[in-house]
Amino acid sequence: MEFLISIWEMLPVTVQILMKIVALVLPLMLGVAYLTLAERKVIGYMQVRVGPNRVGFKGILQPIADALKLLMKEIVIPNPANRYLFIIAPVMSIMPALAAWAVIPFDEGMVIANINAGLLYVLALTSLGVYGVIIAGWASNSKYALLGALRSAAQVVSYEIAMGFALVGVILAAGSLNLTDIVQGQSGSALHWYWLPLLPLFVIYFIAGVAETNRAPFDIAEGESEIVAGFHVDYSGMAFAIFFLAEYANMILISALAALMFLGGWLSPFQGTPLESVFSFVPPFMWLLAKTSFFLFCFLWFRATFPRYRYDQIMRLGWKVFIPITIFWLLVVAFCVVNKMPIWFDGKGA
Amino acid sequence: MLENYLPILIFLIVAISFGIVPMLAGYLLGPSKPSEEKLSAYECGFETFDDSRMRVDIRYYLVAILFIIFDLEIAFLFPWAVVLQEIGIMGFWSMFVFLFILVVGFIYEWKKGALEWE
Repeated sequence: MEFLISIWEMLPVTVQILMKIVALVLPLMLGVAYLTLAERKVIGYMQVRVGPNRVGFKGILQPIADALKLLMKEIVIPNPANRYLFIIAPVMSIMPALAAWAVIPFDEGMVIANINAGLLYVLALTSLGVYGVIIAGWASNSKYALLGALRSAAQVVSYEIAMGFALVGVILAAGSLNLTDIVQGQSGSALHWYWLPLLPLFVIYFIAGVAETNRAPFDIAEGESEIVAGFHVDYSGMAFAIFFLAEYANMILISALAALMFLGGWLSPFQGTPLESVFSFVPPFMWLLAKTSFFLFCFLWFRATFPRYRYDQIMRLGWKVFIPITIFWLLVVAFCVVNKMPIWFDGKGA
Repeated sequence: MLENYLPILIFLIVAISFGIVPMLAGYLLGPSKPSEEKLSAYECGFETFDDSRMRVDIRYYLVAILFIIFDLEIAFLFPWAVVLQEIGIMGFWSMFVFLFILVVGFIYEWKKGALEWE
């Protein structure tokens, strides 16, 4: 072990960073692959089917087979399309979905870039994602793609406002933009986590997250029954797969952020109770994974349960319901913070 | 201070290459048999009626403009939220006035019908 550590310290800093990034991205991509399988399985069982069960034991190799199939498919670039923008669009959509993970902490100190503007960086990068959508829709030069991109872009920016206000609430409560500080501000017990004082913001954050990723019931941008697939209708093979990866990586990102900001990240849910020592053998990042998985399951659950919203309903929910509630609750939280209200804002929890 | 951002720079490069490399691999491994029909824009099997660079609904622009205003508010609230614990009650009331003016504008937009989609 000490030998390995001495080798690690001999490596140049850039190589160390690269190895950390690989150690993050590879499991993430595996997670994305198996999230697609989980989605088909979960929705299958919710609809009393079995889902994919042919490739490998009970369908366990299905994502690998899908990836190989997409890799061997032709990448069609339609004649009317703007070739360069058409190629750039998938890159523009996967880049922010991956790069935002640089500031996500998995445990105390287990983070690639521990910057003090963490949450601002996350907000900036998730905002960039909309460029991928709108460039793809415009560059395809196809009516379905353009309509899908417009709808998607308008929806994403509308919900980004509600999401941003929810983030401001978290920053108010924690007094920091650094995600590690935000998690540590929640230590104490499960009641100290921010889901309780910020409950409306928590609910709105997660719903806005579902809308941001264009998932059901907000999947009007894809709307299979009216505009076939939305902005990526003209994409095929690996170019389409990149959009797919980005969407799922974004889902995992939103879930991980919700777990970090509202459910105490890697903190044990039994902190401060007699059960704490019983579960002390669980490594902290397992708690984060468990909480993230819970949110991911909700994504799938929503898709199996809710019918699709109409476009005017989506815009009304975003602008006329979420924004007034978030502004109001922001003032409530600010008032509590200024008056150092126990048990969350008296500074003793941190 | 700035060296904290080196991992982010490297991560951005890795993330971009993560978009490019699979597409290159797909381009090299996949077949390439273009035909005129295959390369036409997808329109459910119909011939393309007219150009797709068409006029779009004005409300999309309206949403974009409103978004810019509100997104700037959020960017403005971020530093205030970080230091509120230090600046105390004075900071709270200053931002209250600011948010009040913002809400007046928001109500005006609402009454004018800028948020309607029917």
